[in-house]
Amino acid sequence: MSATFIGMPGSFPKNAEKAVQNSQLRFNLRKATHTIRGKRASVVGELPDWQELRAAGKAIKDHTLRNLDRYLIQMEEAVTRAGGTVHWARDAAEANRIVAGLVKATGETEVVKVKSMATQEINLNDALAAEGITAYETDLAELIVQLGDDFPSHILVPAIHRNRSEIREIFLDKMPKVPENLTDDPPALAEAARLHLRERFLKSKVAISGANFMVAETGTLVVLESEGNGRMCLTLPRTLISVVGIEKLLPSWRDLEVFLQLLPRSSTGERMNPYTSMWTGAVEGQDFHLVLLDNGRTDVLADEVGRQALRCIRCSACLNVCPVYERAGGHAYGSVYPGPIGAILTPQLRGMGSDLDASLPYASSLCGACYEVCPVAIDIPEVLVDLRAKAPHAAAERAGMKVAGWIFNDHKRLAKAQRAATKLRKLVPKRLPGPLSAWTDTRDIPEIPDESFRDWWERTRRSERSE
Amino acid sequence: MRVALFITCVNDTLFPGTGKAVVSLLRRLGCDVDFPAAQTCCGQMHVNTGYRAEGVRLARHFTEVFAGYDAVVAPSGSCAAMVREQYPKLARPGSKGAAAIAEVAPKVYELSEFLIDVLKVEDVGAYFPHRVTYHPTCHSLRGLHLGDRPTRLLQHVRGLELVPLPGAEECCGFGGTFAVKNPAVSAAMGADKTRSILDTGAEVLCAADNSCLMHIGGTLSRQKTGVRTMHLAEILASTEEVQ
Repeated sequence: MSATFIGMPGSFPKNAEKAVQNSQLRFNLRKATHTIRGKRASVVGELPDWQELRAAGKAIKDHTLRNLDRYLIQMEEAVTRAGGTVHWARDAAEANRIVAGLVKATGETEVVKVKSMATQEINLNDALAAEGITAYETDLAELIVQLGDDFPSHILVPAIHRNRSEIREIFLDKMPKVPENLTDDPPALAEAARLHLRERFLKSKVAISGANFMVAETGTLVVLESEGNGRMCLTLPRTLISVVGIEKLLPSWRDLEVFLQLLPRSSTGERMNPYTSMWTGAVEGQDFHLVLLDNGRTDVLADEVGRQALRCIRCSACLNVCPVYERAGGHAYGSVYPGPIGAILTPQLRGMGSDLDASLPYASSLCGACYEVCPVAIDIPEVLVDLRAKAPHAAAERAGMKVAGWIFNDHKRLAKAQRAATKLRKLVPKRLPGPLSAWTDTRDIPEIPDESFRDWWERTRRSERSE
Repeated sequence: MRVALFITCVNDTLFPGTGKAVVSLLRRLGCDVDFPAAQTCCGQMHVNTGYRAEGVRLARHFTEVFAGYDAVVAPSGSCAAMVREQYPKLARPGSKGAAAIAEVAPKVYELSEFLIDVLKVEDVGAYFPHRVTYHPTCHSLRGLHLGDRPTRLLQHVRGLELVPLPGAEECCGFGGTFAVKNPAVSAAMGADKTRSILDTGAEVLCAADNSCLMHIGGTLSRQKTGVRTMHLAEILASTEEVQ
């Protein structure tokens, strides 16, 4: 990627407005999310103990987060004992510096990458490019995004916004040695990518990954994937560098049992993902480095309501059911974490200093579908509402809300306001001015009635009493 | 039983017909309905838009007004969910406010819950000879877990033909201030919901929340579809005499 999401201009409503007008994008998104949504629902429905599993996932994550200091040290000791090296990175800059230094020490200028959200979060590829190192994505969808000089639009399916004819165009344009007669048939596209990637795997001496889970007890890292490209990266190169957020920890090997059920069913709608790779420290002839990334996570941990976002296992089930994501697409969120989880995670990790980040807690109708499907029961609506209380508010809105609060504080004021509205109702135009025009652009407003309910009640009660 | 009606600020101001319907329905079923005049608003708009202090003040007011009733009936899934689900999160644990909420909140019922769970009736003696589809609304569905209570009531209405709504559980795009803060997405969601409603061929769209109906109805009306929106209470209050 040539640009970074960080500091992206605009705000969610503005970005979303553009996306909504793109009918191809809306069609692609709707089709993809509804397909995964259906698959998820059917495999989750197979497990009679899903709610118990979900509660267990939540409990394990909460326990780990409460004792994170202890488990992180246990993880460091276990990895070191197994011949790996552990590095601690406070923020993105420090993590990037560590990784670039490690790659440079090998003398290599090319690295292959396993699909990883953490390295995207810190914008590692650009940082490496600045040091003269080229990073190649090997996950098919990430490859499409990278070749298209584009941003990922979904956590699990980064190229969800692209259809196959667009992908064919990207391959023809950017992939060296691609056959000229390439069709947009999915097997043909997959074959072209396979040939392209095989060359990379065989040539590369350094690989960079993230991890879905880390097991403190054994020092094991775990990656779940569908295509096997990750496994190629993890086994072929001589140096493996894993950048992992500190919240990815699980205390014990046994805990994995819960998450190996929760994650694939929630994300790809499969009972089990095709490839599960696990590694502990360094294997013979290989160097292994683990970079433990904070980048705002300890601040999130300090927030009583918001900390539940750190339970997230990046399954993207919340994206696939979110009606707002379905219309706005991932780019509108201006972060590698789109959808409902992005709307609570990004403003917590980055703060709400920009218009975009301040608008994210409002990128939801609070319909609650995200909470219902979350495999670790993150109450996303609760965190959204809590973040809204901390977000900066425009002066005009503050004033309006103050007036409304003043009226609602006293029923006599409310009754007066209602009577005033009834008197003035003939003056209400069909199209409202100011921010309320947002309503009347596409919707009629209800007619203001002759009499409020409370006035009707008073009047009829009086006549009932006098009868 | 001392039953209080919590009308909600939206119904009070814009949809008094829903309140009148609740009163006539509950009286028909033998309830003595009281309307505490000091009531105003549950505070949902303030809390959900990020104005917590104002919301907390309104929540305190609500618990004072409705303390002492055996049951509080609200013709709104959203406002009932606010009181039952969100109020307990607004007060400091162990505080006086928390105790007041713990006292009042469990007695607040959405209309269909009150009819089925408290009064134990499914056939309220209504007559409404029209083709109706039902939109469950998010806070009724996922906040209160109303389940099939509203449709069970509708199925007992004589003359009523209930047709299923495709994608019923999907949000209509109202979302309180969301409709104004994210108008493009809200309108797109509303347009899709409207299309599903038209696909059913129903004459009337019914729901247990007038705010969602105001958004969907506003869209239906702008598109000149001719489909009416009606609150559940108004259909249940309908009888042959009213027709």
